Order: sequence, then structure tokens, then C-alpha cells
Amino acid sequence: MTDIWEGLVHAFRLLVALDPDLSEITLLSLRVTLTAVVIASALALPLAALLVVRRFRYRRTIIAVLNALMGLPPVVVGLIVYLLLSRSGPFGVFDLLFTPTAMIIAQVIIILPLIASIAHQSLRELWSDYHDLLISLNTTQPQRIGTLIWDGRRALLTAALAGFGRAIGEVGAIMIVGGNIDHATRVLTTAIALETGKGDFALALALGFVLIALAITVNIAIHWLTRTETEGRW
Amino acid sequence: MGLLPLIASGAVVRRRENLLIGPVDLRLDGTGITIVIGPNGSGKTSLLSMLHGVLRLSGGDIIWACPLAEARRKQGFVFQSPILLRRSVRENLTYPLSLLKTPRNEARAKAVDWAARVGLGDALMHPARVLSGGERQKLALARALIRDPEVLFLDEPCSSLDGRATREIEEILTGAAHSGTRIIMSTHDMGQARRLGDEVVFMLGGKLLEFCPATAFFDAPETEQSRAFLRGDIVE
Repeated sequence: MTDIWEGLVHAFRLLVALDPDLSEITLLSLRVTLTAVVIASALALPLAALLVVRRFRYRRTIIAVLNALMGLPPVVVGLIVYLLLSRSGPFGVFDLLFTPTAMIIAQVIIILPLIASIAHQSLRELWSDYHDLLISLNTTQPQRIGTLIWDGRRALLTAALAGFGRAIGEVGAIMIVGGNIDHATRVLTTAIALETGKGDFALALALGFVLIALAITVNIAIHWLTRTETEGRW
Repeated sequence: MGLLPLIASGAVVRRRENLLIGPVDLRLDGTGITIVIGPNGSGKTSLLSMLHGVLRLSGGDIIWACPLAEARRKQGFVFQSPILLRRSVRENLTYPLSLLKTPRNEARAKAVDWAARVGLGDALMHPARVLSGGERQKLALARALIRDPEVLFLDEPCSSLDGRATREIEEILTGAAHSGTRIIMSTHDMGQARRLGDEVVFMLGGKLLEFCPATAFFDAPETEQSRAFLRGDIVE
């Protein structure tokens, strides 16, 4: 209990003092995670809508694979991205290993199936409501996808936030591909792992509380900005 | 080029080997309102959906006077339970116009006009979900008419509405018919069929049993089943 209390006090102090190191790793955490969420959403949402409106061979297989990939082990993703980006790997020439870009790539791979699966579930229900109308209005496939994404945007926001939640707390993959380099690739989760390893539980807990506060703040801010609660019911 | 005549020849729809409707042979032309009647499960909705193109044909042909893509653009459909977009009244009205790339200002002006015509002028910015059943159906009807369709299909548009809302819908429909929109609608309400119908299609068991002018159908129905139906007997 003493450690937890000390952690809280330490977190408060770091926040009040606007500790430069804390600010740096917090901002990097946000930058990496938000970029990954934006990229993953840009790919996953149209993919989910396409899987809803279009019937094609292996569609069910793709949906099953996406659902299965929701539980993708981050360490394995990190290892694969590491091998791909390492000097001897196919993308080694880009020199991306141990950079925030490598961390973003790993996070995109981890959260894309999660966002796509949740979005697919929401859009499937919306499509069953809209199906006859959109067929009747002779809409094209891109128009159907656009309509579903726009009208289902609040549910899709929840899917994106689920991706954000998973990415901001992720440590295994970004530790491998980022390397936890001070002032370069150190983020909140890798810093927590480092401080825990060093035995500085108070600082590790303090960073943990900052991480939780950050996740909650981003969620509340996005809900507030998009008025999910007040206009959630169409 | 106009849409009509619409010619269905041997049109059939099957679902998992079961015959849903057909074979249907039908020629729709001219102006006015055609009423589709018949007991539950007789194929009224399937007939409308098949002619409109929501149901895919398993056999036979449905031929419009113009190319299919153009024909689809010039039709409207109003469902028994109105399907409304999760948007405002105005956005529901402008949606079909946006699909046709109508300039936004023009679309909004049309939406204001149609909302006023169907008595929803004050609810323009309200979410469609807050509308009553009658208002929802009027919105769905206005959304179908806003594109000036040459042919409008309606599937029991007044089935769950009270007398006043039914009268308002009928007024909109007769107005649209007088403006040149060809209307094909199903109904269970024989009073409505007599009030609105210029022609009657009588369906039973997925088959088109009778298709004739409304006066002829109500005064001297040709088949035993239609006579029984008009007497109020249970027809299966």
C-alpha cells in the first residue's frame, strides 16, 4: 500500500512540476499511439464496411481471421516487425528499426484487426437496417460504404478508442522494435518496465498512473468532442 | 426517354428452391395508381420488390422502356416500415439528391420545400428518430418523391397509421399521381383501394390472379378467389 501511495504522490509531483522527461515520453506515447490509431482506422474502417456490403469468396474466412487476430500476441508482432526492419530484413534499407516509425508499424499491425472486427460488428447491424433502402436508391458500393461509415461513426469511434486503449498500454512489441532508447523511443509503458526492472517501484507506479490518466483523458476528450453521449442515439 | 411501359414476362423469384413469386406476366403503362391487394403472404411485397429490383429475378424478364441504370434512377420505393437514415429530417431528404450529385444549396432548398409539403417544415433539423409513426412515413414518402420519380412503389404505406395520417398520405399520393408519377402500391385497406385505385392487381399464393381497372374489379371480379376475398372470406 505504501508503494501505491508513494506512486500516487510521485505522479502528482511529476505532473505539477511538468517534469521534462515525463513530458517527453508522454508526448511520444501520444504521438506514436494516435498515429497508429489514425492509420489503423483509415485501413480498418473501410475494410470492415467492405466486408459488410460486399459478398465474395473467402469473405467469411477473412472475418474469422480478423477475429482471431484480435488476440495477436504483441511480442510475436514485435519480433516479426523486428526481422522485417532489421538490416538483413527486406525493409532494412529504410533504417527504421529503433525509431518511433517502427513502433507505429508494430502498433498498427496489433490494433488493425481489433478495430476492424469491432467496426464490422457495428456496421453489420447498421447494414441490416439500411440494406433495402440503399439497394432501392441504387447506390454504388463506395456510396454504401461512405453512408455506413458516416452514419455509424459513433460506434466506429468506440472501435477506434478500443484500438487506442490497446495501443497505449502495449509494451512487448514496441520494446522490441523501439528499443526503449532514452530521448528517442522511450514511451510510458517501456519506461514503466525499465523502472520496475531497476526496482524503482514508486516511479514506475507514478508513470503507470500518468498512463491511466492519459488514457482516460483522451477517451473523455474524444467522447466530449464528438458528443457521443448526448447525440449517441440517432 | 420515359420509363413506361414496364413489362414483366414470366418473372419468377425463388429463395432456397422455394417459389416466392411468379411466374408474373404484367404490363404497366399510362398514368394513375395501381393497387396491389391480396391476403397476407400472397406476394404483394414480393411483387413490388421484384418489379423495383430489390429482389433478384430467378427467371423471366422485367423490361423497362429505358436502360436499366436509368430506370433505377427514375424509381422510388416506400417500405411498409419506413427505413430512415440516422440523420436529421433535412439530411434524410437531401440524401437521395446527394447521390445524384445535386448541388448542396439546391438540395437543401428542395428539402425545405418537401418538408413543408408533408407537414414537417418545423421538424427540419430534428433527428428522424423523434418523429411519430405518421411523420416517419411522410418523411419516407417525401424522400422518395424528392427525386421526382416517374414510378413510385409503396408497400402498405398506411398499414400502421391512424385515419388522419392515412388521409394526409393519400393526399400526397393523389397529388403525386396528378403530377404524373405512376404509383403502384399494396394495401390491406379495401376502402383505400377503392378511394385511390385506378387499376387493381389481385395476388394469391405468389401468383397474379387478376389485373384490371378498379371499377371492373370491385363491381365484377372475375375469379372465385377474388370474389371471396372481396366478400371478406378467408382466402388461402
